Amino acid sequence: MGLRTFPGGVHPHDEKHYSKDSAIEELPLPKKVVIPISQHIGAPSQPIVKKGDEVKTGQIISEANGFVSIPMHASITGKVTKIGKFYHPNGSMAQAIEITGNGEDDWIELSEEKEIDSLTADEIKSRIAEAGICGMGGAGFPTHVKLSPPKDKFIDTVILNGVECEPYLTADYRLMLERSKDIIQGLKLLMKTVSAKQGIIGIEANKPDAIEIFEKLLKNENNLKAIPLKLKYPQGAEKQLIYATTKRSVPNKGGLPMDVNVVVQNVGTTIAVLEAVKYRKPLIDRIITVSGRIVKNPKNIKARIGTYFSDLLEFAGGTTEEIGKVISGGPMMGFAISTLETPMAKTSSGLLLFDQKLAQKEAERICLRCGRCVDICPMNLVPSLIAHNVKHEDWEMAEKYGVMDCMKCGSCAYVCPSHIKLIQWIDIGKIKVSAQKK
Amino acid sequence: MKDVFAVSAPPHLKQKISVESVMWQVVLALMPALLMGIFFFGFQSLLLTLYSVLAAVLTEAIIQKFRKVPITIKDGSAVVTGILVAFNINVASPWWLPVAGSVFAIAIGKQVFGGLGFNIFNPALLGRAFLVASWPTLTTAGWTRTTPLWNSFKSSINGLQNLPNNVPEVITSATPLSVVKALRDTTQISRDMAETVMNNVASFPTIREIFWGNIGGVIGEVSALALLIGAAYLAWKHIIEWRIPVSYIGTVFVLIYIFGGINGLFSASLLLPVFHIFSGGLILGAFFMATDMVTSPVTKKGRLIFGIGCGILTVVIRLVGGYPEGVSYSILLMNIAVPLIDKYTVPKIFGEVKA
Repeated sequence: MGLRTFPGGVHPHDEKHYSKDSAIEELPLPKKVVIPISQHIGAPSQPIVKKGDEVKTGQIISEANGFVSIPMHASITGKVTKIGKFYHPNGSMAQAIEITGNGEDDWIELSEEKEIDSLTADEIKSRIAEAGICGMGGAGFPTHVKLSPPKDKFIDTVILNGVECEPYLTADYRLMLERSKDIIQGLKLLMKTVSAKQGIIGIEANKPDAIEIFEKLLKNENNLKAIPLKLKYPQGAEKQLIYATTKRSVPNKGGLPMDVNVVVQNVGTTIAVLEAVKYRKPLIDRIITVSGRIVKNPKNIKARIGTYFSDLLEFAGGTTEEIGKVISGGPMMGFAISTLETPMAKTSSGLLLFDQKLAQKEAERICLRCGRCVDICPMNLVPSLIAHNVKHEDWEMAEKYGVMDCMKCGSCAYVCPSHIKLIQWIDIGKIKVSAQKK
Repeated sequence: MKDVFAVSAPPHLKQKISVESVMWQVVLALMPALLMGIFFFGFQSLLLTLYSVLAAVLTEAIIQKFRKVPITIKDGSAVVTGILVAFNINVASPWWLPVAGSVFAIAIGKQVFGGLGFNIFNPALLGRAFLVASWPTLTTAGWTRTTPLWNSFKSSINGLQNLPNNVPEVITSATPLSVVKALRDTTQISRDMAETVMNNVASFPTIREIFWGNIGGVIGEVSALALLIGAAYLAWKHIIEWRIPVSYIGTVFVLIYIFGGINGLFSASLLLPVFHIFSGGLILGAFFMATDMVTSPVTKKGRLIFGIGCGILTVVIRLVGGYPEGVSYSILLMNIAVPLIDKYTVPKIFGEVKA
């Protein structure tokens, strides 16, 4: 053992064998895309196109609304055919812009700049903001905001998240194998932006080839290093990754990585940042893993934002069995969605297809008070008592047992013998407790 | 939009574990001890255990039928209670004794509170307490079911040289723990003599015999080895956790070492606490009863406090109380404190800052 990690956590099977050896393939241009105006944490963007407008690939179609917000860009060339409610990959219905392609891929002008070393931090950040980049690991926090700590905070370390602890997902893994040099260049760019002294790439031990590549590439860099981490879920959660790599604990009650002088970026985000700064390329595509036992050819697909999941599944050869459940994201924190006519967003790391058996729902039983959830909670909360107090509407006690500090990693529900929907109860608790505070 | 799929809250993966699997694994873990019970006490042990389990399961089913709630006898929790009640009685008991204990355990110990998950007390221990209070002679006397090996234990004590004639009377018809208890309280022989006898009782050969189960006692607590095998299995499967058993047994060890000797503090040999740990119901209690999920704290710190509390009470009862054995009452008393313990041992949240 001896690998660095965090306290608590669970060990689901990583299920990465389905797609880990499939090199990234580019999806042919989809006929239609649907681009939600909110794909990030913060204010939704403001559409600036109307129905009937012709748009080019990469053209801005929805503006950032304030600082904690990001713009959205057309991901294909064609015509705006509808602005309205569409399915959102988080399972809800949300405002989005539909573009019907004309078969061309006519890009806005990109500027290839060879000399990015001369750019100032503010120039870099504004290019990132213009490109509409948010955290692509799943949470979707606007990247330029993360890189802009207030004056009283300083950053000394940039950590790249190459953990990808969610089972099944291999998109970040493929990027690390196929674009390792770009990732390192992106890391240096990020470090320059926040004047950090050291850069760390945290990679889970189930990706030994990725670890080897980075250890080799970083051999002669004295302020950059790759750190192999123990295979454990949720190793890739931000606070847990920071603890594992630096032994620093991000304060609870809304503390941020910058409070311990750290910025964390996902490896996919890092490449988006590099491309935004180098070519002024907006974030209009990403790598997404399409996987599951019943998927005919599990793949890692480079696809345009807004592509329907049904197009992605078709590209992966469809399914060999009847579908039981469709998951947008990873199996631990992702959303079950009701239809494949749902578009992928900037945060969509995976599309998983489960068979009928995996989709079976177990009835919730009474809590045995076994304490397994307490033993494994990576935030050291008491999930069973949070759920208990939420059920009995005791918001004060729910808060005491840590409802607001839960990151919803799902480890507690994973180990619960009574199949209690802990995350669902905690979600209710979060909503009620924050409503009470207002 | 041709297909509409069912949705549910995350996570979408689930460890293969259920209430049923937990309970049936506990049943499995109790089997080595039952086998040893049959081995040392004969086939009657198995029969008594079966009566007890049947009574527990039937009581559960009937009451659930009356309460118009789903009948959950398949979950194995009533089976566990039935086995544990039987494990707490003497093999010479009449058939109705474990039956009465199990009926009480399930009806009053569990269903009255609302069934599994709601009970305050460990149902099996409550059943045992009911039997001890109702039929004290049947439950505490007559341990001396003779087996050839038990006889050899007795003769090893009896064979001590230069003992006054009245010593054997002190230690007949008794479990090793009641022997020790009697030696502490006796006025018939001198303190020094009592100490010599105690050192002989709490000696390596006796402890070895107790460890294997070669000793008088109730059905399920005879063989520490068999119980430990079951406990190791449960620990391996993450069904029990180390904190309660370790803090419980550790507390007993330390306190017996300090207070257990006859001639004042620290007068005990180091073997005496070992003897205490393997005698009586401590191993069964610490690994299978104090760890009962429903009636023990959920917080980690709470489990330590719970174990230490059980340990203190057990030692107090064994050394100064009216009974030779105190495991079951200690656990029952600590059961009452569980809500309080949970309330005051909220763990420190990762990265916690003072408000």
